[in-house]
Amino acid sequence: MDYFFTEEQEMIRDLCRQIAEERIKPVRAELDEKEEFPREIMKALAQADLFQIIIPEEYGGLGGGCLENCIAVEELSRACCGVSTSYAASFLGAYPMLLFGNEAQKEKYLPLIGSGEKLCAFALTESSSGSDAGSIQTEAKKDGDSYVLNGSKQWITNGGEAGVYTVIAITDRSKGARGATAFIVEADDPGFSIGKKEIKMGIRASATAELIFKDCRIPADRVLGKEGLGFVVAMRTFDKSRPGVGAQAVGVAQGALDEAAAFARVRKQFGKPIITFQAVAHMLADMAVDIEAGRALVYAAARYIDSGAKDFSKVSAIAKVFPTDMAMRVTTNAVQVLGGHGYMREYPVEKMMRDAKILQIYEGTNQIQRNVIGQELNKEYGRKK
Amino acid sequence: MGVIIDKELCIGCEQCLDACPFDALEMKGEIPVVGDTCTLCGSCADVCPERAITVPEVERAEDDRAAQAKGVWVYAEVRGGQMPEVVAELLGQGRRLAEQLGVELGAVVLGHGLDGLAGELFALGADVVYAADDPRLADFNDDIYCKVLTRLIAEYKPEVLLAGATSVGRSMIPRVATAAATGLTADCTGLAIDPEKRLLLQTRPAFGGNIMATIVCPNARPQMATVRPRVMKRGERREGFEGRLITVSLEAGDKAATQVLEVVQSLEENVNLTGAEVVVTGGRGVGGPEGFKVVAQLAEALGGVVGATRGAVDSEWIGHAHQVGQTGRTVAPKLYIALGVSGAVQHLVGMQGSDTIVAVNNDPNAPIFDVAHYGIVGDLFKVAPAMLSHLKQLRGQG
Amino acid sequence: MKIAVCIKQVPDTANVKLDPETHTLKREGVESIVNPFDLFALEAALRIKEAAGGEIVAVTMGPPQAETVIKDAIGFGVDEGLLLSDRAFAGADTWATTAALAKAIEGLGDVDLVICGKQAVDGDTAQVGPGIAQRLGLPHVAFVKGFREIEDKRLVVERQMDDGYDVVELPLPALITVVREVGEPRPPSLKGKMRAKKYTVPMQGAADLGLEADQVGLAGSFTQVVKVFAPSHSGERRRLEGSEDEMGAQVIDALVDNQVIMLGS
Repeated sequence: MDYFFTEEQEMIRDLCRQIAEERIKPVRAELDEKEEFPREIMKALAQADLFQIIIPEEYGGLGGGCLENCIAVEELSRACCGVSTSYAASFLGAYPMLLFGNEAQKEKYLPLIGSGEKLCAFALTESSSGSDAGSIQTEAKKDGDSYVLNGSKQWITNGGEAGVYTVIAITDRSKGARGATAFIVEADDPGFSIGKKEIKMGIRASATAELIFKDCRIPADRVLGKEGLGFVVAMRTFDKSRPGVGAQAVGVAQGALDEAAAFARVRKQFGKPIITFQAVAHMLADMAVDIEAGRALVYAAARYIDSGAKDFSKVSAIAKVFPTDMAMRVTTNAVQVLGGHGYMREYPVEKMMRDAKILQIYEGTNQIQRNVIGQELNKEYGRKK
Repeated sequence: MGVIIDKELCIGCEQCLDACPFDALEMKGEIPVVGDTCTLCGSCADVCPERAITVPEVERAEDDRAAQAKGVWVYAEVRGGQMPEVVAELLGQGRRLAEQLGVELGAVVLGHGLDGLAGELFALGADVVYAADDPRLADFNDDIYCKVLTRLIAEYKPEVLLAGATSVGRSMIPRVATAAATGLTADCTGLAIDPEKRLLLQTRPAFGGNIMATIVCPNARPQMATVRPRVMKRGERREGFEGRLITVSLEAGDKAATQVLEVVQSLEENVNLTGAEVVVTGGRGVGGPEGFKVVAQLAEALGGVVGATRGAVDSEWIGHAHQVGQTGRTVAPKLYIALGVSGAVQHLVGMQGSDTIVAVNNDPNAPIFDVAHYGIVGDLFKVAPAMLSHLKQLRGQG
Repeated sequence: MKIAVCIKQVPDTANVKLDPETHTLKREGVESIVNPFDLFALEAALRIKEAAGGEIVAVTMGPPQAETVIKDAIGFGVDEGLLLSDRAFAGADTWATTAALAKAIEGLGDVDLVICGKQAVDGDTAQVGPGIAQRLGLPHVAFVKGFREIEDKRLVVERQMDDGYDVVELPLPALITVVREVGEPRPPSLKGKMRAKKYTVPMQGAADLGLEADQVGLAGSFTQVVKVFAPSHSGERRRLEGSEDEMGAQVIDALVDNQVIMLGS
């Protein structure tokens, strides 16, 4: 299938594919087994300018959009979702600055993030605040020229590895959801520390940790947008980032199909390669159909967003739900095609299946995505009356 | 510059295209044309059924050195007071070449504290030893070593100079050849004499060993070659043989620009599996860490590295860096020897691209035999030592 | 620091295979690549530039299409490139090759450091680096595997030896050849690749270098290929028979006969 990429987009795809083949594939099993953060690979991605993709040209970046990001993330995910999660999470942390940062903030942070000198992270989730983002407890109190943060964030991707964090905290509890504010926190700010590091089912190369704020004092100019915009910042960020999760799903599913098809051509039973059995061939065919549908959806959504569309919550949610549910099916079936081999750590597909699961969960569970889609449908059809 | 194709005689059969190892011929219509990569090797002329191809003589500058030069020399490398094995091999081969040419065999040794080495060089076959023993030569520095050897060449005019294709040889000898303004062939695996022209026929693998090329240096002298270690046969020892010892002095101004600050002897385990030309792999059949000794011996003798199966690695008989197979590394060496390897799918995937595969296993039904070019059903602890001893015998080390 | 890196375009020998019937090289579909060892030279140059600042020029000799390796080098972050291309260069041995490369490097002016890969995978000679050093009258250290100190006027390097390594101090200007251990080559960068697309590779011929036709190429070479042949490979699969001792000896004989093991002559 030809998706009519520009030369630049093809360059991004080819370079990411090369790095995935040469740098990521050979070590992914070890990274998974040791639950080790891929610092060397992050350095290579930085040297390749891949952290520059969505950074605007005036800050030294390449000025790419959602589609360019999706292309990179898909190719990296084809080799390892743990690596692609670490990569994509840096953009998740950077989007709030891109969307809501003032000139001084952009000038200070975007070049650091684009060069890969500092990884970035986004911190919203707390122990008692998951899908119900309105229930967050972390507080920020204004004190003269600074804010003082107290509380903790849970399951933060790139926690402990990032140099810069976007943190959502409550500044005015009385205002509910309108009382949250987004802040930029630097790793060496006083009172900021890393707590528990999580042990995960999949994407084990990525770092997931607790962030602890104990009288963490930061200058007042670290507010993104203005006080009270915290949830708007978070929602706009997710709207931008969700197709990227869809792209991860397309990548990991493609990686699983690559493995399953290659295995089925080599594995012989009853004297014939198992791909010649219709039961197996149809599974592979369904996987291919699923993946292409997911890919087309992700690219279309990304192009729609890049076109300057204003309201794309529904499109963005759709471009997350379908591909990630699809990736779970495809990776599960890939394990099935490999049979006993697939269940063993010796082969990469069981890892892909474990990795795929998180895609249905993070950046808003697929149930929450359906809520978003449902609400939008309600609005749309309400208007049509 | 290239071969000349007679358009009248050519029938356009394209056999020359297939024969050209340098991909220099291309069909233009019915006739092949010669491209820039032609080296005048003559492979095309040899296969042309119509004798339509002629190889022109290259006009080279007059060079009277061929008439004056005499004698075969071996550069006897010394490191830490020891001569590597290749020196004995070079002297063995040098002796045979010198006898064919009817000339003396010289050995050049540079270093400091060389007492006793001359006697050893005589025993190994040298008729003359040129020894430069000077504190300035205590450490290996290319520039000063090159200067001294080039001076000796200018003075004594040998017709052939051989050196080992070791780290030292491959670093300094190209510099010497350039300083002496002569040709050099690297990493030879075969050396012979064309008696008629008194030319050294130097054969070496090229294109990663996919083809062999024989190279000569027609006019310039000496004809220089570095020679791959563990290839040539040593000669008979001549205990007590006394040749001529010529001591060489350095000049006052001789000084190395580089300075060796530290010499670190470390025989780190070399497990560059993916780049290795020879891999000798042990599987569960080797029985334990002790069993890997014979694997390592065979690997060492063949200039290869030790591989291992997942089973052997998981049993902690050997480190993970040695593992071949899907979770380890994929290898495609020229020679792969599997000792006590049954041949699980993931292992076969990791090595079946090897050019030549030898398998030794007790079990005649082991899947490894399906991919092996040479299958040996037997006890690896008997077969591998037999391979080793036969190899040594062929190399004259037995 | 001004660094010149010598690189070569080679066929991807990992994929060059012999046709078992005709015993010739099958090159269809074989890509031309930057000599893999030269990627380590480029990486070393980029690391030295990061440590000491300066400029990197990549130099290659080859047919006009070899400009792609210069573009690849630009993609990795090299500043400038130079292609030496001339029909007169064809068929050069290492002597004639170093004649052209040394002249070209001289022409760059004030080069502090020349870096070569340890050898090219098509020729495997490892002769060009030391040959250039001799022609330029520079000291050299071959097979460098690491850097201890990098300064404007001197380097301290680790030189790989057969039995370990030496730590060597090297005054600049000088030449080094590098091995794999010097550091894994970085990937090309997007900005570099975009620059490479637009980059016009400067080209020089023998006359530009002030060389006569009989100093370069086949005519300027001392060595001559007189015969090329395929090592006799057998693709067959067979089981050996006999006692274990006999089979051990047989397989070695077969490997020697087929030139899998080289014994010399």
